[in-house]
Amino acid sequence: MARQISYQQAINEALRQEMERDPTVLVMGEDNAGGEGAPGERDAWGGVLGVTKGLYPQFPDRVLDTPISESGFIGAAIGAAAAGMRPVAELMFIDFMGVCFDQIFNQAAKFKYMFGGKAQTPVVIRTMVGAGLRAAGQHSQMLVNIFTHIPGLKVVCPATPYDAKGLLIQSIRDNDPVIFCEHKMLYGLLGDVPEESYAIPFGEANVVRDGKDVTIVTFGRMVHLSHEAAVTLAKAGIQCEVIDLRTTSPLDEDTVLESVGKTGRVVVVDESNPRCSIATDISSLIAQKAFGHLKAPIEMVTAPHTPVPFADSLEDLYIPSPAKIQAAVQRVVDYR
Amino acid sequence: MSDIHPVTVPKWGLSMDRGVVAAWHRQPGDRVRKGEDLLDVESDKIANVVECPAAGILRRHVAAVGDVLPVGALLGVIADSDVPDAKIDALVAEFQANFVPIEAAAGGGPQPQVIQVGGKRVRYLAIGEGDDALLLLHGFGGDLNNWLFNQEPLAQGRTVYAVDLPGHGESDKRLETGDLDEYAACVTGFMDAVGLRAAHLVGHSMGAAVALRIAAGAPGRVRSLTLVCPAGLGAEINIDYLRGFAAANSRNLLKPLLAQLFANQELVNRQLVDDVLKYKRLEGVTEALDRTIAAQFEGGRQRSLLRDAVGLCPAQVIWGAEDRIIPPQQAEGLPASVPVHRIAGAGHMPHMEAAAEVNQLIASFVAGVA
Repeated sequence: MARQISYQQAINEALRQEMERDPTVLVMGEDNAGGEGAPGERDAWGGVLGVTKGLYPQFPDRVLDTPISESGFIGAAIGAAAAGMRPVAELMFIDFMGVCFDQIFNQAAKFKYMFGGKAQTPVVIRTMVGAGLRAAGQHSQMLVNIFTHIPGLKVVCPATPYDAKGLLIQSIRDNDPVIFCEHKMLYGLLGDVPEESYAIPFGEANVVRDGKDVTIVTFGRMVHLSHEAAVTLAKAGIQCEVIDLRTTSPLDEDTVLESVGKTGRVVVVDESNPRCSIATDISSLIAQKAFGHLKAPIEMVTAPHTPVPFADSLEDLYIPSPAKIQAAVQRVVDYR
Repeated sequence: MSDIHPVTVPKWGLSMDRGVVAAWHRQPGDRVRKGEDLLDVESDKIANVVECPAAGILRRHVAAVGDVLPVGALLGVIADSDVPDAKIDALVAEFQANFVPIEAAAGGGPQPQVIQVGGKRVRYLAIGEGDDALLLLHGFGGDLNNWLFNQEPLAQGRTVYAVDLPGHGESDKRLETGDLDEYAACVTGFMDAVGLRAAHLVGHSMGAAVALRIAAGAPGRVRSLTLVCPAGLGAEINIDYLRGFAAANSRNLLKPLLAQLFANQELVNRQLVDDVLKYKRLEGVTEALDRTIAAQFEGGRQRSLLRDAVGLCPAQVIWGAEDRIIPPQQAEGLPASVPVHRIAGAGHMPHMEAAAEVNQLIASFVAGVA
């Protein structure tokens, strides 16, 4: 039996192994070192949820504590990347990304294009995404689609501990800016993770489950809810193929289209708000390139077009559920 | 009894302890051929097809769609038409009365361990108890899980070890030369580390060449040799497979290569491809495989021919008749004392494709030596 560790531990291990391997890898963010009332620096928090805990004592010169100023330290990380370092900056919640859009969209994403390929920006911005933690509308969004829209950025959304480690290592080694989206509800998830280092290439979707009747395309935490729905549906004789995109940019179109060619029925599950989302993007891809295979209209299961509610009961209703996914699958199966 | 064939829940991977019956492809009364699709079973990881273990009439569905059953549980019964119903009922009753599910691997079952050999990590799995030891050596690009269907059945009254060779599985990926001497030294070093003076060696493909190398250098440590689709007996080898395997970095490149290993293409399922891909992504694997190819198969030919070592201790050869990696003709011309078994309907992985037959051959051969 392979060793099991959590999603959070897998991220920590990827950072540690890459820092051991490459002296240009830096970790920077809020509460990485230092702590309330502590004289000088110490390994107090390891970031807001402790993901980087233990790195500071091992690499005191390369784990940097930053002020609560995303616009400042994200810009610093991008500048360090342009100057030859490989910084991994932790921006607590993706919801806070707005204050540093210029640094990300207009600088990091553009350097390679605007300097004729002579500049590279190997920065990774790690950030928490998604709803479910009762953290209200400003700490719960799934803004993956906004970054996927920008050419020059790569966008990664691991669903499992194995993928979290391998995709983060690939992110650090990649020469382009990467937005690494960690779903906050997955941090405790356990899974088999090799102790050795490994990199998972970008743009390679993972087929989580084979099936011949319906293709479910999804990513991030929704992979698990979709899988749960698929297991239930299998008992009713409906075989779903569940595709985890892993990276929304670059996108593995081939795996999606190949599966649709087999099933002809599609449900896209995306935790984001529905408009201009990964769900609409995948739907348009299939409508354009696999229209002839479709036996039913494409169904999307997404959050509604509202902010994430704070009331527990409403937040539960807001997030796509296995029941909603099952109902959507049933609709595409029943369509005549 | 020989004309009644129970169909049971297979074990696909170390962690599988139960399966769900997803669909029956054949109905009671249908005439079935050996190897054809019988039913779909799902574990928590994969859905796959269970094939007919024998030809005959499907006489019973013992399990219904939706049933969750432990590995080894009875799914159905195949028998010839002249077998009376009462006899089938008796078999089902007897099976169900005596069936004890094997304990979940996640619980108390044997787990792979790690030991240091010459300053390098070697992973191995030991199953069974007994002074008589048997050591399983996988081939190029494989690991100890290749013996999934063999290790436990062979561990009756003896200890069976399966190792990850250097550069493979979860053993250290660093190789100095990648030649047979280095692999053989690691295996004898492993035997020293676990206190094995001598063992029956069962080697597959390159692992068989490693076993031959050990027999040539230290015959006293080899009680017998079972060579499964062995390297080391002739020059020819499918070098395109070896190079392609070393280079493949995606599922779509890997799958057609792995298909060459099997006579039955259905065995190349998602789980198999994903597991190999996970291995191939590990740091140092590509270098280890490239180095091995350069040391052992440079120019597209096997560089070390060890036919003379076959006569140094009791030996047998098992070869899949449809092997597309190493030609089975290379078993011709061995000493008459060496039995050569051709397995019909199997390719380069007869220990997976025809596990029961191969296990039987190994068990009876080893018993004869002991």
